Amino acid sequence: MTLAPAPTTSAPRSGTRTRARLTPAWAIVACAVAVAAAAALSLALGARIVPVDAVWNAFFQPDGSTDQAAVLSRVPTTLTGLLVGAALGMGGALMQGMARNPLADPGLLGVNAGASLFVVLGMTLLGWQAPLAIVWCALAGAAVAVVIGYGAAAASPGGATPVTLALAGAAVTAIATAVITGILIVDESTLESFRFWQVGSLTAASFSSLAQLGGFLALGAVLAVGCAGRLNALALGDDVARGLGVRVGAARLTAVVAVVLLCGAATALAGPIGFVGLAVPHAVRFLVGADYRWIVPLSAAGGATFLLVCDVIGRLLARPGVLEVGIVTGLVGAPIFIVLLRRRKAVGL
Amino acid sequence: MTAAGTARLRSADALRAARRHGRRRDAVLVTALAVAAVVLFVAGLVFGAKTLALPDVLRALSGQTVPGVSFAVVELRLPRAVGALLAGAAFGLGGMLFQTLLRNVLASPDVIGISTGSSAAAVTAIAFFGASGLVVSGAAITGGLLTAVLIWALASRRGLSGLRFVLVGIAVAAALQAVIGYVLTRADIKAAEQATVWMAGSLSRSLWDQLAPTAPALLALLAIALLGARTLPVLRLGDDSATALGARPARNRILLILCAVLLVAVATSLTGPISFVAFLAGPIALRLVKRDSALAPASAMIGAIIVLAADLVGQHLFPITLPVGVITGAIGAPFLLWLLMRGRTRA
Amino acid sequence: MTHTLEARNLTVGYDADPVIDGLDLALPASGITMIVGGNGCGKSTLLRTLARLLKPRTGSVLLDGSAIAQLPTKEVARIVGLLPQAPVAPDGIRVADLVDRGRTPHRGWLGGRDRRDDEVVADALHVTGMAEFAERTIDELSGGQRQRAWVAMALAQEPDILLLDEPTTYLDLAHQVELLQLLVRLSRERGTQVVVVMHELNLATRYADHLIAMRDGRVVAEGAPGDVVTVELLRDVFDLEAVVVPDPIAGTPMIVPVDVHRA
Repeated sequence: MTLAPAPTTSAPRSGTRTRARLTPAWAIVACAVAVAAAAALSLALGARIVPVDAVWNAFFQPDGSTDQAAVLSRVPTTLTGLLVGAALGMGGALMQGMARNPLADPGLLGVNAGASLFVVLGMTLLGWQAPLAIVWCALAGAAVAVVIGYGAAAASPGGATPVTLALAGAAVTAIATAVITGILIVDESTLESFRFWQVGSLTAASFSSLAQLGGFLALGAVLAVGCAGRLNALALGDDVARGLGVRVGAARLTAVVAVVLLCGAATALAGPIGFVGLAVPHAVRFLVGADYRWIVPLSAAGGATFLLVCDVIGRLLARPGVLEVGIVTGLVGAPIFIVLLRRRKAVGL
Repeated sequence: MTAAGTARLRSADALRAARRHGRRRDAVLVTALAVAAVVLFVAGLVFGAKTLALPDVLRALSGQTVPGVSFAVVELRLPRAVGALLAGAAFGLGGMLFQTLLRNVLASPDVIGISTGSSAAAVTAIAFFGASGLVVSGAAITGGLLTAVLIWALASRRGLSGLRFVLVGIAVAAALQAVIGYVLTRADIKAAEQATVWMAGSLSRSLWDQLAPTAPALLALLAIALLGARTLPVLRLGDDSATALGARPARNRILLILCAVLLVAVATSLTGPISFVAFLAGPIALRLVKRDSALAPASAMIGAIIVLAADLVGQHLFPITLPVGVITGAIGAPFLLWLLMRGRTRA
Repeated sequence: MTHTLEARNLTVGYDADPVIDGLDLALPASGITMIVGGNGCGKSTLLRTLARLLKPRTGSVLLDGSAIAQLPTKEVARIVGLLPQAPVAPDGIRVADLVDRGRTPHRGWLGGRDRRDDEVVADALHVTGMAEFAERTIDELSGGQRQRAWVAMALAQEPDILLLDEPTTYLDLAHQVELLQLLVRLSRERGTQVVVVMHELNLATRYADHLIAMRDGRVVAEGAPGDVVTVELLRDVFDLEAVVVPDPIAGTPMIVPVDVHRA
């Protein structure tokens, strides 16, 4: 049985553009190339500028030269940049999908503030300075902040909706910031160390801290990719999502846990670096459309690339010193984000 | 009079009664808030390094010279209390206007970068130019206004979309935050300390020389904003309905946002960014009032109460004086959490 | 009071391909006018331009002979009322308050209220059947009830011309018919000039005194439903194969689609 042809309808009006500009296959290739290039740049550039073939040689034809030493010394930083950038990118994508608010950024849940608070407490009350101790403080603080924020939102009559999550997270952030500021004003020595931790840096992490937190990052990434599909349903509204068979509460909770793991560990390793989680998912969305199954993993690649590039810029601008990566992400990322915003008539989710 | 006509009249009476009831309830609420503000204001005059007797305080206020009292009250405590009252009201009202006009509860002046702009300018002035006092305040106002203009210019593209405005604001805030981070790490530790203190928000700078230019400006802006807020009930119905009802939503929005920016910028110049007040006051007011028309005055009062209370707590509850910005977060935020858990969700 | 509302050489839209291009239209002085057409034909855009929500690129909308853009917007609001397509209500607003907003054009800048305001609001609530819901908040209502609350607000404006943009969208059939009957009463008893953008063709042909069919931003046909609705029109405007039979109750044209599977 053949179907009669549908009656002709008028052509779509000009001005409606299809949203996806890159097919997923091309997007993957582009991201892989971008990440590799960023990593290579990160290994090559710094106080001492190393030619590209020396980067290759350092791993595959070691010759003990100073070039090789320079490259190898940058491996922890590069590795940190990759992992932290990927974590922040994914965390941001999850937050935006879960909160249904394009202003959502992992900091919204209070992750950064909680991490900072426990770091400050560790520095002040316990006199901890060792990087490894700082790292665990930060992770614990991030977890506690989110538990309180999410708990308060879930306990509200409407449950953990985007609005209540945002309000609760902002409240938790405010409490943490208040305590932090109070301590910093009183304890000058803590301010001395904390102000450097606050701007974020990829150099603080060592192989051992990466190894210890790598497990959290991996678990977070798995959860993130796993719930990406359900985020597509959530974006359509709770009712529609339930109609599609998604357990809304469980999906949101999974996303929150993933954000805590990813962004908590990232903040623990590199300090609170803002803006990556906000801007990278938007950029990825311009490229591949609104499917979270693509947005989440590509935000990981995008975040890694962006963070490494910013770190390299920070190294080059302030040679032989360094401009901290958190400062650069803000100064570089903001104009790029604004340009992107101006090119579109409407910014949806 | 037909039966239908009588029924109509009775319904009209019922409507009037219901509306009066709602209005009365809101009037009671706003009055209670005002009373609380006055009580806290007076408490700020009475308590201090030395607790003064209320009759003495009142006499000093009325112009008499009371030894041991007048100086403390008139020169130190009164400007501080006035500054707290006006700045708190300004933050509260300004924040509520932002959230309502941009239709997003997260769109508060600190989130979208206006306060960050003020802070960046002030911090730079303190750390790199060794400035203090009125120069820093001037820098703060300029920073806030320039930031607002910048966001406006960047976000305007064939008209203004509330969403784009907020997103551009967040981006600008991130860039300015980076600037602040840079300043804090490059300055010497003493300057960094001073800058951190400024950013915590404090009323100790609120003395008559600072207040003289700022207070009249804040009073005027508060009056204008409260008057302008009367159009809010219609504006909240959406641009189409508002236009159909004879309002000019685009123009009103611009004027009100301008007012809100000025309120926040001037208040920040006086006290530093105690802007979490701006974020909090609107949602708290929304959950307390029954009618839209009471939102604006309630937000202003709540802002004032938070700042006045925070200042009292900051001065007296701890062995050392904590800046007011530290306490506003610690008081206001848990209260918001409690409201969230208890009340209906209202956007 | 009757007013004249017309469009002259109207072009609306900023892209190279405007939504409405060189349209001339004079709305009838009485009765119910319904604007129909396929998706994207420009009927909502036309209504919104007539309501001065949109500014035309060229041409003008004239109210009683004067350009509507030059008249004080509050004055226009006392004559023209609008029910927009997807109205936005602030959460938690009470129905009575929402309807009360409709009185804004009749109040001075300082918002003085008089007895008459409450009577008009009560009247609007009764006429739309929303009197029992007056004290409820809008989020507690069903879609149909919410729509009727918005209609009550438009009625509270006491407009001489009432424009409605797809008002039957969220209503079940019984409520759709009820709303249309209300519009008929308004038109006959109060002389309100009613203009409705309608999606449901059969209801449009049944209740309209005057039908305007649009396609691609132009008026294709205009007149009484009996004269306008033909098999050819349905093909041209709606890409629809159908037969037209007289409605057994009202006698108006009833459109019955020709469907291979139901023949």
